[in-house]
Amino acid sequence: MAVTQEDVEHIANLARLALDERRIPELVQQLNAILEHMDVLQQVDTRKVIGASGVGDQALPLREDKGVPLPLHRARELFAPEVRDGFFLVPRLATHETVAEEGG
Amino acid sequence: MSDRPRTAVAAVEDSFRRMDDVRAGADGLNIILWQDRERAAADARQIDRRLEQGEDIAPLAGVPFVAKDNIATLHLPTTCGSRILEGYVSAYEATVITRLQNAGAVLVAKSNCDEFAMGSSNEHSAYGPARNPIDPERVPGGSSGGSGAAVAAGIVPIALGSETGGSVRQPASFCGVVGVKPTYGRVSRYGLVAFASSLDQVGVFGATVNDAALGMEVIAGRDPLDSTSADRDVPRYRAEVERPLTGVVIGRPAEYFPATLDARLVRLADRALAALRSLGAEIREVSLPHTDLAIPVYYILAPAEASSNLARFDGVRYGLRVAGDGLRGMYEATRSKGFGPEVTRRILLGTYVLSAGYYDAYYKRAQEVRTLIAEDFRSVFEGGVNALFTLTAPTPAFELGTKSDPYEMYLNDIFTATANLAGVPAMSIPIGRVDGLPVGGQVIAGHFDESMMFRVAYALERALGEEAHR
Amino acid sequence: MTATTSDPRAVVERYEMVVGLEVHVQLKTRTKAFCSCSAAYGAPPNTNTCPVCLALPGSLPVLNEAAVRLAIQTAHALHCTINQVSVFARKNYFYPDLPKGYQISQYDRPLATGGLLEIGKNADGTPITVGITRVHMEEDAGKSIHDRYAANTAIDLNRAGVPLIEIVSEPDMRSSREAVAYLRVLKQLLEYLEVSDVNMEEGSLRVDANISARLRGETKLGTKTEVKNMNSFSGVERALEAEFARQAMLLDAGEKVHQQTMLWDGSRGEVRPARSKEQSHDYRYFPEPDLPPLVLDPAWIDEVCKNLPELPAAKRARFGQSYTLSDGDIEKLTAFAPVADYFEQVVGAHNDPKAAANWILGSVFEALRQSGTSIRDFRVRPPDLARLLDLVRDGMLSSTAAKHVFNKMLETGERPEQIAEREQLLQVSDTDELARWVDEVLVENPTEADRFRKGERKLQGVLVGLVMKKSKGRADPRRVNQLLSERASSSGA
Ligand SMILES: [Mg+2]
Ligand SMILES: [Zn+2]
Repeated sequence: MAVTQEDVEHIANLARLALDERRIPELVQQLNAILEHMDVLQQVDTRKVIGASGVGDQALPLREDKGVPLPLHRARELFAPEVRDGFFLVPRLATHETVAEEGG
Repeated sequence: MSDRPRTAVAAVEDSFRRMDDVRAGADGLNIILWQDRERAAADARQIDRRLEQGEDIAPLAGVPFVAKDNIATLHLPTTCGSRILEGYVSAYEATVITRLQNAGAVLVAKSNCDEFAMGSSNEHSAYGPARNPIDPERVPGGSSGGSGAAVAAGIVPIALGSETGGSVRQPASFCGVVGVKPTYGRVSRYGLVAFASSLDQVGVFGATVNDAALGMEVIAGRDPLDSTSADRDVPRYRAEVERPLTGVVIGRPAEYFPATLDARLVRLADRALAALRSLGAEIREVSLPHTDLAIPVYYILAPAEASSNLARFDGVRYGLRVAGDGLRGMYEATRSKGFGPEVTRRILLGTYVLSAGYYDAYYKRAQEVRTLIAEDFRSVFEGGVNALFTLTAPTPAFELGTKSDPYEMYLNDIFTATANLAGVPAMSIPIGRVDGLPVGGQVIAGHFDESMMFRVAYALERALGEEAHR
Repeated sequence: MTATTSDPRAVVERYEMVVGLEVHVQLKTRTKAFCSCSAAYGAPPNTNTCPVCLALPGSLPVLNEAAVRLAIQTAHALHCTINQVSVFARKNYFYPDLPKGYQISQYDRPLATGGLLEIGKNADGTPITVGITRVHMEEDAGKSIHDRYAANTAIDLNRAGVPLIEIVSEPDMRSSREAVAYLRVLKQLLEYLEVSDVNMEEGSLRVDANISARLRGETKLGTKTEVKNMNSFSGVERALEAEFARQAMLLDAGEKVHQQTMLWDGSRGEVRPARSKEQSHDYRYFPEPDLPPLVLDPAWIDEVCKNLPELPAAKRARFGQSYTLSDGDIEKLTAFAPVADYFEQVVGAHNDPKAAANWILGSVFEALRQSGTSIRDFRVRPPDLARLLDLVRDGMLSSTAAKHVFNKMLETGERPEQIAEREQLLQVSDTDELARWVDEVLVENPTEADRFRKGERKLQGVLVGLVMKKSKGRADPRRVNQLLSERASSSGA
């Protein structure tokens, strides 16, 4: 299961990372070197393992539908890159890009 | 902390004086990133006023502490050692910070760390590497290197770090101090900037076992703001530590002592085990058969969770924003400029193991093997063993810039990542030196049995005495 | 276009539409799903936000119990199996109104599975049912506003973190009409349950459709597309027709349907593919490590499900048994639970279901339509309407006068007797008084009176009208008719 240059470009795209073209071959090599060490996991017999998720023995606690909102001790304007009329601003997208991406 | 100065103001002044003396800032050891001396002095005066009025704000009244830079604080920046959060000051405070402050402790500084806690040497900080106060040519370990070094340098008696795969214990080992990772769920993660949520815990550094136990007593316990925090009573650890070791069974897991291990370190471990035996403990050979799978499992699960946890750094609501072509360009420019190479590598790795077609082979398989690793611990502890003793790291502190291969660096976590994967508590305490460099021994206990862990560590600390630092 | 192109209508006729719907419903909770911010609609931008729903570094989610309750109730009403253990998962994608860069949702272990919804009856009386694949919980995203500023998109995160349920149906619908029927029945059910405002315009109900086409008689499913961006039930109907026609034409021409996302453009009445770059989703789902599995105590599930209100089908059946009413009237009275409640309160006091139904479906609905209010806030309360109906039944008010009194009740909120008395509208059935009015009318209209007496019986209606007018509507028309008939016969004509 070797990682290819296209794989790296694809996952960089998913992760919204713009990679320097010249760095890609090195990253391909590094990821492959790391993943090679992971192959040992394929040999492990995990048939007896059921329901693997997390380590806590904790059941999910529920919160009552009330209470004071958690305070923000600093105004949004103080930490946001761009705010206008109370909105966070980002470079504009065309409307048709919206719905397509909205996961829902 | 027993010999602390009379007033909080004096203690905080001492702390800053010590920072200057050891050159803890960017021009020196680079273990401190952010500080506000006026604010800390004001906080100290407030504590002194409360003490004068007879208010009982023990147990940490006037004790200065530093916090790792990935723990949210209201009055000092929280950058996680990253460019992407340069200048960012949190709009809320982490639960652990609030709890320490309510107990009278005074936050004096934020400490350097590997970017987003990803690293084992503190070389991956956007603000430059931190250095080991014992030998400035060497790393303090990581990722909580600055916090470990701050305690080692005598700046503070306790410091907060965070653990995902050994990030408190390994620097404690490298710096010759005590470092504790509690049971998963023991301490609130609210305000700890997430790296790998199923592994992360806030940890404590202390100059002594007692100091660390005291810090842990204060920060532990259920927090309604963290759904993974456990609803269990917190024992008074300092009362527990005094109990003798008679009848206590301490396991020596064979897998943690491979033939390739540096014989000088093994000798220190054996000396510690002998000391424990002489205190009445029974030493038993045990096996944790899936130990060698911990690093592969860890380096799948932690990057997978990290790739998701770090998606929020998108330049929209806070932190760095770098303009690019449209929205997508802004995202890519921001994240590429904001994240350093190790973080980028792990985001890519994590994205890959979660992506369509690879999830089952990597992520799902790693989760299953993680369960096997946890089972190893469970069966040992259910089999009558009270605690385990191992080395904390396979080597003492190494020189800066000597480990360039990522996987070689990852192997630093070989003895520590297991406890995070299994969720059990573990701590490192100094057990001696090799070539003048500190070596840490690790005590691991069963889920929520921090009392036993502290008890063993405290007994060992007393038995070794000055030998632990020679 | 060439002359050989088949008639589109004929092509579409040969194909069958197969539709499954994914419906997102905002749950009516006071606070958000994972933080205690208000979930209210319409606050100034970003004022209902906190460290959690802004995804500030280090913040963590804590699940709202009320959201779980409402989700369980909905799933139960849809006859789903409620899973005792369900798991939250992260759905990872970048969008500026998705603060964490992932949506907390449920994936391979949803809250509930395997239900069904009856959406109507076939001609032979057998029920038409649609299978419910799953009901899962998730959180809403914020809002991106694209048309406010020239160069920027504005982000409002007040909605981010509002609890949603996603209801996924099986591909069991065979026409756009069935799809709309499903939506109407589902909306009614959700209204009955009071789990949501179910307002498509405000976005508390959102619909995506999976649609494919196949030749009639074919049993295999064709390649489906997903249609998004439909803002009303009629939009759903039109979008499905448009996409179905597109697919049928493609298939008929021997081409393939590509699995893709299509966007409905209501103003142009057409569907078009979403940008291809956004098609390659890889959401990288994995279990949400910040939330342990949701483990539900069966006793608690029972308790939550026990207190459900009566649901539409049960209410319709009961109305059919308890009241002599047409199916059409029952349908209308039970369409909205508060109307049914109103009806039953009126009948409880007045005991004439037909009269109550006529008044509610007539005058009351008309008044609600005109004022735009909900029946819950309607000024004429059931006991007062019942009293008005009593007066009509007892001959104290003519239907004309009753209408007038009802209008006054709308204005003033007074009781009907009060108004009727003050305005002297209570019907007069006192024979002396009536006889006086009848005789006066006959004297004042001698020509008509004469013709009437001579046997021109059709003039009786005119004379009754004149008496009514003289009495200002208070005369009981039945008695007036009687008296006039007596006058006619006594004249010996
Ligand atoms: Mg959804
Ligand atoms: Zn909030």
